[in-house]
Amino acid sequence: MTAPALEVQHLNRSFGALQVARDINLTLERGARRALIGPNGAGKTTLVNLINGALAPSSGRVLLYGEDITRLSQAGRARRGIARTFQINQLFRGLPVLENICLAIGERSGECNNLWRPAGSRRAVIDEALDHLDSLRLVEDALKLVRELPYGRQRLVEIAIALAQKPRVLLLDEPAAGVPSSESHLILDVVASLDPDIAILIIEHDMDVVFRFARQITVLVAGAVFTQGTPAQIAADESVRAVYLGQEGQTQHG
Amino acid sequence: MAVSDAAPAPGAVSASASAPRARALEFMGRRHRFHLAEALPWILMIAVYFLFPDRVTFGTQVLIAIMFTLSLDLILGYAGIVTLGHAAFFGIGAYTVALLSARLHWGEPISALVAGALIAALAGFISGWFLLRYRGLTLLMLTLATAILVQELGNYRSDITGGYDGVPGMEIWPLLGLFENDLFGRTYYIYVAVLLLLIFYVIRRIVYSPFGQALTGIRENVRRMHAIGSPVHRRLVASYTLAAAIAGAAGALFAQSTAYATLGVFDFDNSAKVMVMLILGGAGRLYGAFVGAPIYMILEDNLAKLSPAFWQFGIGLLLVLTVLFARRGLLGIAEDASRYFKRKP
Repeated sequence: MTAPALEVQHLNRSFGALQVARDINLTLERGARRALIGPNGAGKTTLVNLINGALAPSSGRVLLYGEDITRLSQAGRARRGIARTFQINQLFRGLPVLENICLAIGERSGECNNLWRPAGSRRAVIDEALDHLDSLRLVEDALKLVRELPYGRQRLVEIAIALAQKPRVLLLDEPAAGVPSSESHLILDVVASLDPDIAILIIEHDMDVVFRFARQITVLVAGAVFTQGTPAQIAADESVRAVYLGQEGQTQHG
Repeated sequence: MAVSDAAPAPGAVSASASAPRARALEFMGRRHRFHLAEALPWILMIAVYFLFPDRVTFGTQVLIAIMFTLSLDLILGYAGIVTLGHAAFFGIGAYTVALLSARLHWGEPISALVAGALIAALAGFISGWFLLRYRGLTLLMLTLATAILVQELGNYRSDITGGYDGVPGMEIWPLLGLFENDLFGRTYYIYVAVLLLLIFYVIRRIVYSPFGQALTGIRENVRRMHAIGSPVHRRLVASYTLAAAIAGAAGALFAQSTAYATLGVFDFDNSAKVMVMLILGGAGRLYGAFVGAPIYMILEDNLAKLSPAFWQFGIGLLLVLTVLFARRGLLGIAEDASRYFKRKP
């Protein structure tokens, strides 16, 4: 028997009277490519926060390869193989790009517990970090401070850190957000060519990207799963059209 | 769509990338090595000993201030922990020495120093465990409150501590049973300088270690550190405990070198002063303490002679100028200047 990579069961979360997650059930099979779509404020980022442990659920469970991780801290979940990227960059802006990646590797391998050995003498770690940068065409920028990079390249560092965690489950929160469309294809190419063994959940607004990348789609509305299916099923679903594009349709009606 | 060849798999090193790759490896491998310029503060320390033999007592206090500032740099400059209660650990170190000597009649300096550092470390561990869940302004207030609590505890039991009048009857035995501190304090200058070198070496190792890298990561973006699996609280408590131990050692040396300790060591002034010294020199840059502490101390000494009533005005002005024009401290200015002149042929 093989458990799916990630299982979310009956997940609820409220802030006072505001219920931001309602009985969410969601499964990522191994190697899944699932897109999470929904109108603004549907609770997509909240769901990512609940999965990676940044938020604790009010009730429900999160399972990683069959193991209940609901009570684990964010760091504990990260060490078990859940990585995420952020909609708004969360980078170590004052450090060189290379060190951003080395940190992720060091925390993954436990080497950051070492107080004595010079970080610069860990040839294997630096080599691995450079490999990650290489795969995202960032090696040229390895020694630049993150804050000196243009935004589009910072978005790549955002992904590179997550990849350096060697995740089993990767949560991508609008990876191309804020990047001009002339550059966003670079990021989306990277996303499309990620390791097929990683189970990926991607939040994305651009429907072209969603239909190109995803094999399954989950539609989230007002904190609840509205419907799930293949891209073809979702595209053909009239009710999705109504909630997702509905506002536009209604204004046209008057 | 040609996406598969857009990004090569990790491990595939293209020929064009090998030059920046080599540069990156060289940079990382070289960064933690000792540079020649790093000998400068130590040469100056030796020079002061021979050039200003009558100012060595003051020099000892400067070295102690450097040690104290260095301990704050580890947590404020590297880990980004803002604290206005760092004097608590300095005071605990000083009082360990004072009470050991005056109440338990144990005046052996080195064991008392170790005891001071250990007790300060314990206090740092316990308070850090509770306080380091908070950040920013909340943490600032809580650390301040903790230092006041410790001070008031000392005041409450003034029968033991001697209160603000100080611990009476301190007696410090000769160093290693051999070297009595002479009238000019030369013995203690050497004693403190050697300890400073040792402690500096330890801090330098830590700063360039993967652990030190993680501390800067926490300073730069704590949210991301959680997301990449860093046990943030544990790292912060570890660094806070270490810094407390070093501050405790500085406090112990202060009590030993002056054979004197009052509850004044816990004053808010003392916590604020060490922060000013660090910011003045440059936080998070290892040598900031070596620049900020001496300049502050020398300025304070001279301004106080010049105008006993208004000397703090001068210090205040200097701080305002630093914050306005040199956010990264005097070392930051020096760095910018050297970069500027390097660019010009």
